[in-house]
Amino acid sequence: MVGSELNEGDLADRFRAGDVRALARAISLVERRDPSVRELEQSVRAQRRAPGVVGFTGAPGTGKSTLVDGVVALLRKHESSVAVLATDPNSPFTGGAILGDRIRMQRHALDPKVFIRSMGARGHLGGLSLATREAIRLLGAFGFDEVILETVGVGQSELEVAAVADTTVVVLTPNLGDGVQMIKAGILEIADVFVVNKADLEGHVRVVAELRSMLSLAPKGQWKPPILATIAAKQEGIEELWAAVLSHRQHLESSGRARELAAQRLKDETAEAAAEIARDRVRRSLSEDPALAERLLAEGTPYQTAEEILDRGR
Amino acid sequence: MSPTAVRPVRIIVAKVGLDGHDRGVKVVARALRDAGYEVIYTGLRQTPEMVVDAALQEDAQVIGLSIHSGAHMTLFPAVVQELKRRKATDIVVFGGGIIPDDDIATLKKQGVEKLFTPGTPLQEIVDWLRQRFPAEPA
Amino acid sequence: MKVRARDTKQAWKEDFEGSPARDDGIETSTISGIPLQPLYTADDLPRRPEELPGQFPYTRGIHPSGYRGRLWTMRQFSGFATAEETNRRYKYLLANGQTGLSVAFDMPTLMGQDSDAPTSRGEIGHCGVAIDSLADMETLFDGIPLGDITTSMTINSPAAILLCMYIAVAEEQGVPASRLGGTLQNDILKEFIAQKEFIFPPAPSMRLVVDSIEYCAKEVPQWNTISISGYHIREAGSTAAQELAFTLADGMAYVDACLERGMRIDDFAPRLSFFFDAHIDFFEEIAKFRAARRIWARWMRERYGAQSERSWKLRFHTQTAGVSLTAQQPELNIARTAIEALAAVLGGTQSLHTNAMDEVLALPTDKSARIALRTQQLIAYESGVANTIDPLGGSYFIEALTDEMERQAEVYFKRIEDLGGVIPAIEASFFQKEIADSAFQYQRELDQKRRIMVGVNDFTVDDEVPIEILRIDPRLEAEQVARVREVRRKRDQARCSKALTGLRKAAAGSDNMMPYILEAVRAYATEGEIMKTMIEVFGTYTEQAVV
Repeated sequence: MVGSELNEGDLADRFRAGDVRALARAISLVERRDPSVRELEQSVRAQRRAPGVVGFTGAPGTGKSTLVDGVVALLRKHESSVAVLATDPNSPFTGGAILGDRIRMQRHALDPKVFIRSMGARGHLGGLSLATREAIRLLGAFGFDEVILETVGVGQSELEVAAVADTTVVVLTPNLGDGVQMIKAGILEIADVFVVNKADLEGHVRVVAELRSMLSLAPKGQWKPPILATIAAKQEGIEELWAAVLSHRQHLESSGRARELAAQRLKDETAEAAAEIARDRVRRSLSEDPALAERLLAEGTPYQTAEEILDRGR
Repeated sequence: MSPTAVRPVRIIVAKVGLDGHDRGVKVVARALRDAGYEVIYTGLRQTPEMVVDAALQEDAQVIGLSIHSGAHMTLFPAVVQELKRRKATDIVVFGGGIIPDDDIATLKKQGVEKLFTPGTPLQEIVDWLRQRFPAEPA
Repeated sequence: MKVRARDTKQAWKEDFEGSPARDDGIETSTISGIPLQPLYTADDLPRRPEELPGQFPYTRGIHPSGYRGRLWTMRQFSGFATAEETNRRYKYLLANGQTGLSVAFDMPTLMGQDSDAPTSRGEIGHCGVAIDSLADMETLFDGIPLGDITTSMTINSPAAILLCMYIAVAEEQGVPASRLGGTLQNDILKEFIAQKEFIFPPAPSMRLVVDSIEYCAKEVPQWNTISISGYHIREAGSTAAQELAFTLADGMAYVDACLERGMRIDDFAPRLSFFFDAHIDFFEEIAKFRAARRIWARWMRERYGAQSERSWKLRFHTQTAGVSLTAQQPELNIARTAIEALAAVLGGTQSLHTNAMDEVLALPTDKSARIALRTQQLIAYESGVANTIDPLGGSYFIEALTDEMERQAEVYFKRIEDLGGVIPAIEASFFQKEIADSAFQYQRELDQKRRIMVGVNDFTVDDEVPIEILRIDPRLEAEQVARVREVRRKRDQARCSKALTGLRKAAAGSDNMMPYILEAVRAYATEGEIMKTMIEVFGTYTEQAVV
């Protein structure tokens, strides 16, 4: 890049020195699945801490960002440092996106202990959870105590992110008729905490009741997701919400579930990484070996060709 | 990893100054999105410090500023200065708004790379970005 | 006979279709996208009892005598730099035949902050005059008898404070509030919708508006307490129908809020006024103005049960469209403004601001401001259009288009109602999204040359000669900062802090805040201090951005 003040060579040094820009660039590398970031990851391994990871998901207009903003404010009051990763969908046609989640968190704009990053869910094909996992590790190494993942509760991305978060908060409102949508999207299964935001609106009692009866039908687990009412715009109910998150975290620890999850996640991530590496290797072989590609087209044998490429070893 | 992957250009689009006229900035944000860019819209009344902070956290290569209050001669250079202070002068700054010709010349000298005035076709902005940021291999 | 008539129309149709059509790819719909027939005939004329000026529903005007009785008020919006400079411009305009003042404030004043606030840097005196305290207001109106003129003040979030400053200056001149005439914009809803100069959240913002309406109904009875504005909605990119619908919906929201306060409709409705844009699509604008009067009259009489005819009459100010002006070949803006001003007059406006040709570049110079005013005088005195009341009434086209405007507005009223009213619709970003969509659509059409802006996307010239523009002396900024600090130093501190404490209590309670604001103003509390006091109680608002 012309006139760059940030060379990827001294990225690690600057990262360790606490330069926000180095962190931001490292997340970009992770986002576009650039393997050069591994070196940095390796070099900051010693600094690694596991931050608390909380996911917030909900339909557009549920006041998620305002809620996250309130949680950030609360965490800052407790002197925790916080990073927010806000994911928005990209246009499937152009790849472009307008990411606007920062707007709701402006009061934290100049707080050095708050880091906000907007991510487009651009063509990650399952890579979103890989990118998110790596980003969380980077944020932990950089020193953040808590990481909040914010996703729009439509489509695939929130499921991927839920797989990464320790605690998933599902945000609903009385006025958007999302009762039905929620079941469709299977969000019920991923929720550790339910929040009915905009609880000053008519109908919030009904939504809470609906949720209760739905949860009573759900298979009984050890953890019963609590249902909380908030008015994010007035900062009401935020402390209770965070208390519920902490109590879920406590439950994960005391039940041993936290260790299971951590182990499971590492295995999942390894499997996903393997898939990514394999996919990449196959694509490269096919582009570098025209004879192979031609044979594939002639014979129409994708599985056989894939195995052949992978069997070749490196 | 994929050798064909292209580094996506991320653009901070911000309204600096006290006015709330966001028609232009929104139209431009949409056009940039439709041209395949990742646009991070920061909303109204951003101070130069907030804009630069957002650009650093978002690892943006470009900052687009919009203003209609007449304070561009104060605020645009302040963004450039803040980039200097944060050692991020490689981030390209462009601007738009009601800006007289004389001011455009001065602002360019002060480090604002490009200025678009009312009536600029959207395609012209996109073309400038494409030429300024040819697809970079990741 | 009937058969013959059909035959002639059929013949025309065949002739029309047989004629070569212009093949330039340019839209034939209105600038807002309303499809137009090439010809309107008696068949398009709505069937209804004859409408007459001065009679319900006032489609043809609120005065039975139109402009035969009285011309519109030529009210040029102006203000720049310091109160002293602006005072000089006001005296110049009044000496040149202007009949009312209209104050433009600078951005820090509009956003309720003092000139020495850090974010005021670079903004002072640029978009209007800087007013920090009563001291500046005294300078602004020095030597201008407030009992003899009417003044319009374009300000919203801090509107109540500026009105109190005006009342306090009048007191000092010995003019009682009951004699004051003028208009306060005071329209916070369109700020949330379009112009985005909001400070408090919607609920306390509405309370402050209702407080001022209630106060003025008793104390400043000749004052137009609010100017419900479509102008900014249109400038933000809406269509004509959106401007019409959103503005009238805002009007009804204010009516509802006042009724909820316990006021009687006929006590406040006559002092509600409106403010529209006059865009370049000539006939569409005229139809918009006519439809606005008809819709408002119906709603006031039928839905709200207003008894007084004065409550039914929609009075409005018009400004020609700032967005239609071009920085390229700026002299063309004189022609654009003339067309737009003519539309406003043919639409029956009560007062009018014509933009100066250089307004798109900077604040108008004395010369361009004079040309803008002269344009109105030309329409009033040379063109002859003021001699006939609603001269376009009965036009097949205008009547059909007026009905179409009304129909489109009704569709929007229904959608807004379904969302739970104006404030829930704001919170759901409904208006903001509709406007952003329209703005984007229009820009696309310009880019594709399906719409032409002369000098911008066609008929351009290469060697533009820059026109002379007015610049604000940067020294003024330092002077204004010094001035506000001096006011803070010199005033009676005890009285000032007592007044602010009183205001804080009132804000936290349910008293009408106006007397408390007035007292704070008289004690030379600055605008920023008064706003900060209210922010402590009300908080601030951040919008959910839709792009």
